[in-house]
Amino acid sequence: MLEIRNLTKRFGSRTIIDDLSMTVKDNEIVAIVGPSGAGKTTLLRCITGLESVNTGEFYWNGTQFDPTNTTQKDTIIGVVFQDYQLFPNLTVLGNITLAPTMVKKEPMTEVKKYARELLSRLGLEGKEDLYPYQLSGGQKQRVAIVRALAMRPKILCYDEPTSALDPALRDEVAQIILDLKKQEMTQIVVTHDMDFAKNVADEIQQVKQIQ
Amino acid sequence: MIQYIQEILPALLSGTKMTLSIFFWTLICSIPLGALVGLGLIQKFKPLTWLLNFYVWIMRGTPLLLQLIFVFYGLPIIHIVFQRYDAAMFAFILNYTAYFGEIFRGGFQSVPKGQFESAKVLRLSYGQTIRKIVIPQVFKIVLPSIGNEVINLVKDSSLVYVIGLGDLLRAGNVATARDVTLLPLILVGIIYLALTAVCTIVLKLIEKRENVWR
Repeated sequence: MLEIRNLTKRFGSRTIIDDLSMTVKDNEIVAIVGPSGAGKTTLLRCITGLESVNTGEFYWNGTQFDPTNTTQKDTIIGVVFQDYQLFPNLTVLGNITLAPTMVKKEPMTEVKKYARELLSRLGLEGKEDLYPYQLSGGQKQRVAIVRALAMRPKILCYDEPTSALDPALRDEVAQIILDLKKQEMTQIVVTHDMDFAKNVADEIQQVKQIQ
Repeated sequence: MIQYIQEILPALLSGTKMTLSIFFWTLICSIPLGALVGLGLIQKFKPLTWLLNFYVWIMRGTPLLLQLIFVFYGLPIIHIVFQRYDAAMFAFILNYTAYFGEIFRGGFQSVPKGQFESAKVLRLSYGQTIRKIVIPQVFKIVLPSIGNEVINLVKDSSLVYVIGLGDLLRAGNVATARDVTLLPLILVGIIYLALTAVCTIVLKLIEKRENVWR
C-alpha cells in the first residue's frame, strides 16, 4: 500500500498541490483526474521522484521512502510517460534489458527471458529487434510498459496514457491496464479523460485547480 | 616526368606521414576531450561554464596560426619550451577540442530532457545515462559537424609549416623551390584531395551505419 501524506508542491510562490493526502491500495487502480493545469502531472512527477516536494511524506507498506532517492535499487515506482521516451538508439529488447542488467545487475539471459515473456503477454512477440521508430504509437506505449515492468516495480504509473493515441486504441490501453491488474499490479493513471478513468479505476482522485 | 615524380615521391610521402600523424593524434585526443568540454558546457555550475566558455572563445577567436607561433616561438621566452612536434600537437589539440566542445554542447542540448527523466526513473546513474543513452544519440547528431572539422583538420595540418615541421606542404614547397617546377605543388594538391576523399567516404560509411535507428 502506498500512502502519501500532506503533500505540498510549489513552483516559486505558486502552489500547485496543497496538502494532498491519498492512499493507493495494493492491486488497485487509482485514476488521478482533473482539468489541465490542475497539477495532475506534477503530482505524478512528485510520486515518481522527478520533482522534489515542499512538504509531504511517502510510505510504502508503512515504511517511509524518498522517491527522489535514485540510489535505491529496489524500484517501487515504474513510469510510462505520455510520449513514452523510449531510447531511440536501442532496440526494443535493448530498451527493456538496459536497466535490469545495469542497475540491478541481473544476468542478461534471465532478463531477456523475462522480457520476452512480457513482450508476448502484451502482443509484441517478434518486435524484439526493431528500433522504436519502426513501431506504431500503441506499440511504443506497450514497449514502454514492458520496460517499466522489467524493473519489477510495486506500482506502475501512467501519464496521460490515452492522449497520444487515436480513439480506437483507447479501449486497448484500458484492457492492458485491467489485464495487469489481474496479475496483481497496482497502478496509478493520470488522465484528463473522465470516461477512461471511470472505465479502469477502482478509485478516482480529483485534483482541483488552486486559485 | 614519371621519373621526376618517382624522384620526389618519397619526400612527399614522408611529408604525408607527418601530416597524417598530426591528423590522427589530434582527432584521437580532441574528440573525447571535446565531448568532455561539451558536457562541461551544459552543467549548471557557473564557474565551470564561464571558464570553458572563455577557453572556447580564446581558441575559436584567434587564428590557429597565431596559436602555433605562440606555443613554439612565444612560450620559450617565458621558459616553456616545446619540441616542434609537441608544440604542434599541443596547439592543435587545444584548438580542435574547443571546436569539438562547442559541437558536442549543441549535441547534448538537443537530447530531449525526457530521455534523462526516463533513464532516471529506471534508476540508471548519471554516468550510465550519459554512456548508454546520451552519447550514442549525441554522436549521431554531431556526426555531420564533426565531419566538417575532420576535413578542415586535414588541410589545417599544413599550418605546421610555420614552425618548421616537415609535413606534406613543406615537402612540396621545397621540391618546387629547388627544381623550379609546378609539378610538386600539383602532386601535393592531389594528395590532399585523396586524403579528404578518404575521410569523406569513411564519414559517409559511419553515417550510414548510424542510420539503422532514428
